[in-house]
Order: sequence, then structure tokens, then C-alpha cells
Amino acid sequence: MATAPLLTALPSGEALELRPAGSWTAANATALEALYNSVATPLAAAKRVKLDLAEVRELDTLGAWLIEKMARRVTSDGHRSEMTGVADNYADLIEEVRQVNRRTTAPAPAPNPLLAWVSEIGGAAVSATQDLTVFLEMLGSLSLALAGVLRRPRSLRLTSLTYQLYRVGWQAIPIIVLITFLIGAIIAQQGFFHFRKFGADSYVVDMVGILVLRELGVLIVAIMVAGRSGSAYTAELGSMKMREEIDALSTMGLDPVEVLILPRVIALICALPILSFIGSMAALYGGGLVAQFYGGMGTAIFIARLHEAISVTHFEVGIIKAPFMALVIGIVACSEGLRVKGSAESLGKQTTTSVVKSIFLVIVLDGLFAVFFASIGM
Amino acid sequence: MQQQVLQFAIRVSDLVVGFGRRVVIDHLSLDVRRGEILGLVGASGGGKSVLMRTIIGLIPRRGGEIEVMGSAIGGSHDRGTQSAAGKWGILFQQGALFSSLTVRQNIQFPLRENLTLSDTLMDEIATAKLEMVGLSPDDGDKFPSELSGGMTKRVALARALALDPAIVFLDEPTSGLDPIAAGDFDSLIKTLQKTLGLTVFMVTHDLASLNTVCDRVAALADGKIVAIGPMRDLLQSGHPWVRAYFHGKRSQMLQPKAS
Repeated sequence: MATAPLLTALPSGEALELRPAGSWTAANATALEALYNSVATPLAAAKRVKLDLAEVRELDTLGAWLIEKMARRVTSDGHRSEMTGVADNYADLIEEVRQVNRRTTAPAPAPNPLLAWVSEIGGAAVSATQDLTVFLEMLGSLSLALAGVLRRPRSLRLTSLTYQLYRVGWQAIPIIVLITFLIGAIIAQQGFFHFRKFGADSYVVDMVGILVLRELGVLIVAIMVAGRSGSAYTAELGSMKMREEIDALSTMGLDPVEVLILPRVIALICALPILSFIGSMAALYGGGLVAQFYGGMGTAIFIARLHEAISVTHFEVGIIKAPFMALVIGIVACSEGLRVKGSAESLGKQTTTSVVKSIFLVIVLDGLFAVFFASIGM
Repeated sequence: MQQQVLQFAIRVSDLVVGFGRRVVIDHLSLDVRRGEILGLVGASGGGKSVLMRTIIGLIPRRGGEIEVMGSAIGGSHDRGTQSAAGKWGILFQQGALFSSLTVRQNIQFPLRENLTLSDTLMDEIATAKLEMVGLSPDDGDKFPSELSGGMTKRVALARALALDPAIVFLDEPTSGLDPIAAGDFDSLIKTLQKTLGLTVFMVTHDLASLNTVCDRVAALADGKIVAIGPMRDLLQSGHPWVRAYFHGKRSQMLQPKAS
């Protein structure tokens, strides 16, 4: 049924007669555009154009538009064009297409590159301050919600809190144990390999113990939680925002911060210290196994060395950071979730931002704590 | 000869679709003529959308044959469905516009994927479609999240029509629109159907649009087509569900117009 499209151009003096034929449909789009381009030059030169559509077998919007475009090309120069031989069933379509694309919209002027660059820098500065405001706002409304809960303890969403604890705490244990175990084992192995050269084997235990308890245990766990639970928070709140669920909550007189965000943040604050503790133990266990099988240090010796090397202070320094890191992760994740706009793309973008930002802030916070503990001599 | 074969745009025979132990479509047969607007009515949750989605190959079937524009439709993994994509356009209930693309890019998407065209021509076609569904070219730069319900439906229709398909499937095109907008949308569908020679398969609950735009109406109950024909035939139908549907309180006011 579909036949190849043809366009015969018959120039006679200043007049031009065009005879389209065959199927002028989207299926032949590429050929049609080539045909249109091939008559562009004679069309520009012609003073009068006659379009004979008698041979056209099939026509759709695309074909009709190209034919209309040829006619318009001539009429825009103030010349005349006429159309004949339009089949009855295509008359409406031709008429419809004649109405469209009448208004030419001027393309937006290209921005001055220097100006664009300056405005980009300005925009980045503004959005950086906005980030800070959003963070502080979220901290403020969380404190308010917490104060409300302290005044009326019954308003705490216990079911939600328990469920979130289950998700971010309990369900995270296997992967966190696995990762921290491997990290502890790798540190110990590297320690034995290099320390052995100058006979400092026994200090590997000190290194593993202090490193894991003070820094690595909590840092690795916080980064994993930011990637695992922070991203989930952002995506959940973001898609709730997209589907107007958060607006629905507010119209029912409920505070989304109290209902959705407070239980999530409290769950993180409770779960992260526990996970850090479990993670640190797994890392020490990994280190101990390597010490036994790779370093040739018996379990009893390892534990004795560990007992000498570390004190409760090391453990405290590590674990005290966990709730603060959890707070930062929770605030960033939830506030990024609430910043999601209507599109799927913005959900993805905000989730990425949430994870990147919370990992960055966790590391910055760790640095600040290191300075703080050093200055108070812990 | 070819015209003879293609007297029917869609032929469904003996179709069975079910989920688990529940059979939703039970040995259903339905023919949609070329160039007509067929309205499909049925109870909420009664399988209207399931029937539509089965015809376009989104839901696997248990038995029966489906033919669209003369070629058989298989499951959604079948190559045949893919090649048929150019033959139909679908207006989903919620619009299903790509949220990260502008309106213009949404309309151009099927063009860009299926045809090789210059950007200028593609822009012109997109603008033409926008104007044909009654939107202004300026709307082309908006994102789907900035559109009202009625505009979303229009853009979705423009996207469904991007490749000038022979058949368009409309899933509740007027739901959620005010009566004026719904009326506009009805006449838009009618106009486009006339100018482009479309076959329209429309799932709807809107009695007014059944009355004004549909050439034939099919009633789906208990997984079967229990009545099919012009609106006045359906009003005369003796099937209890069809009677309840068209002679209920809500449809009383439409009676005089329909007869």
C-alpha cells in the first residue's frame, strides 16, 4: 500500500509547478525531507507556485506540513501559491495544517559567555548559603518537633520509630559486619607485612586497635549508613513530595517533620552508635584472625596486647562521634528529600546530592572532632 | 483487496486474561472497525484497562488471538509488538509524560526514536502537533510537572499522535477534567479523528462523551462484551448491568438527548 514518495518540479518561466506523488507519510520521513530540500532553490526563485496533489496516495501530518511549508515558502515572499487536486479525505488535514506554526517565536538570544560565567559563580554562592539555611532550618524544626515530643511523649510515633530502627539498624548489620570485618583484616595484614621488616610485629595490634576504635569503625559505618539509609530517606521523602503525600499530611493538621522526619532521624541516632560498636568488634575480630593465621600471633597474645594498647578512652572517642554523624546524615537526607521537584530526574539528582553531601559532612565532622579531642587531650 | 482485509482495525477473538486464580477477561471477542470511535464501558476494576493493555501487549494473555491492523500481536516480549508501536499511539490515564523532558521533547521523543529528521523539521512537527491539540507553542518549553490536568492530557494526546498512528488508545481521556474541558477534549478527539482518519479505542466512564463522540459503545461485564452498538441500541439493551449503567440516577439527565 505504501509507495515511495515522489516530487516532480516543472518550472515554466517564473512559475513553478510541483507534483507530489506516492505516500507522503511519516514512514518515508527521511526521503520526504530530502525531496523538500531538493526543491528549496527553485522555490526561492519562483514567483508563482502551483501544487498539484492529485497523485498523492497517502498523506499524514508530516507530509501535509511539508507541502504546506513549500506553499508558505513562496507566500512569505509575497508571491502566490495555489493548491489543486486535494482529495476529499485529506482536505480537512490540509486545512488544519494551514493553521499551525503561524507564529514564529524568536529564538532566545545567546547569553554573553562572560556574563553567564559570572552569574554561574554567583548562583553557586547563593545556593551554598541556601544549603546552610536549609540545614539550619531542618535542625530547628527537628528541635521544635523534639521539644513537642518531650512535652507530650505520647505524640512520639513509636511504630514508625521501631520500623525505621529495624530497617536502618537491624537490617544493616550483615553488610556492616562483613565490610568492617574485611577492613580490619586488611589493615592487620598490611601492618604485619610492613612492620615485620623492622621487627615491630607486636605493634600491629596497637595500630589496629586504635585505628578501628577511634576512627575507622565509626567512619566506615557512617559512610555506609549514609549510602544505604540516607539515600533511602531522600528517595522516600522525595517521591512522597512528588505525589503530594506530604501536602496531604500538612492539610490534615499534622507536621510532616514530626510524623515523617523525627522518627527517621531518631532511628538513625540510635542505630549508628550500635552499628559502630558492632562494626568495631567485627573489625577487631578480622584483625585477630589475620594475626593468628598470617602474623602467627596466638589469640591469647593478641588479646593481651590489645588490652595493653587500648583504653576505654579510645572507644569513647569513637562512639561519641556516632550520634552526631547520624544527625548530620539524617538532616541532610531528609532536607534533600523535601527539595525534590516534580520530575524523576530531580529525584535522582537530590538523592545523589544527599549521599555526596552527607559523606562529605561526615568526614569534615570527623576532622573537627579529631581537632577537638586532640586539644582536650583525649 | 487490501482495503477488504483492513476493514477492522482491531480484531480480538476468544481472549482470556487472568491473574493468579482470577480470570478477568473470559473468552472475549471484539472487532473495532477502521475509522470509528469505539467507547468501552465497564465497572471500575472490571477489566477495561486490562483489555486495553492486553491489546497493546503490556499484559500477557492466556488464550485467544489479537490482530491489530492486520498483524497478530504477541506477548510484550514479542518482536511483533515492537514493530507495531508505530501503528498506535496510547494516551495513558495519568498522561505518563516523561517528567525530565520538556513538553516539546516529549512529543519529539517518538519522532526522534523512529525517524531520521532534521532538528528544524522536528521542532516544526512538534509545534504543529501542539497547536493541533489546542495548546500554544510557548507551552512546549514547560515541564510536565508545571502542567494542569487538562494540559497534561492534551500533551499526552499530542505525543500519542506524534507518529500519525492509525489507531489511538485513550484510557479515560476526560477523567478529572471539568465538564467544559472534557467537552473540548471530546470535540478535539472527534476533529482529529475526522482529519487524520484515526481509529479511536476509548475507555471511558464519561456518559457525555459516550453520547457525543462515540460511533459505537461496547459494554464489558463479567469478562465479556455483553452489548455493543450505537448508543441508542445500548440504551435499549436488556442486560441487567447495562440497564443499571445507563438508566441509573446519574445517567437520567442524558436520556432525552440520547434518544
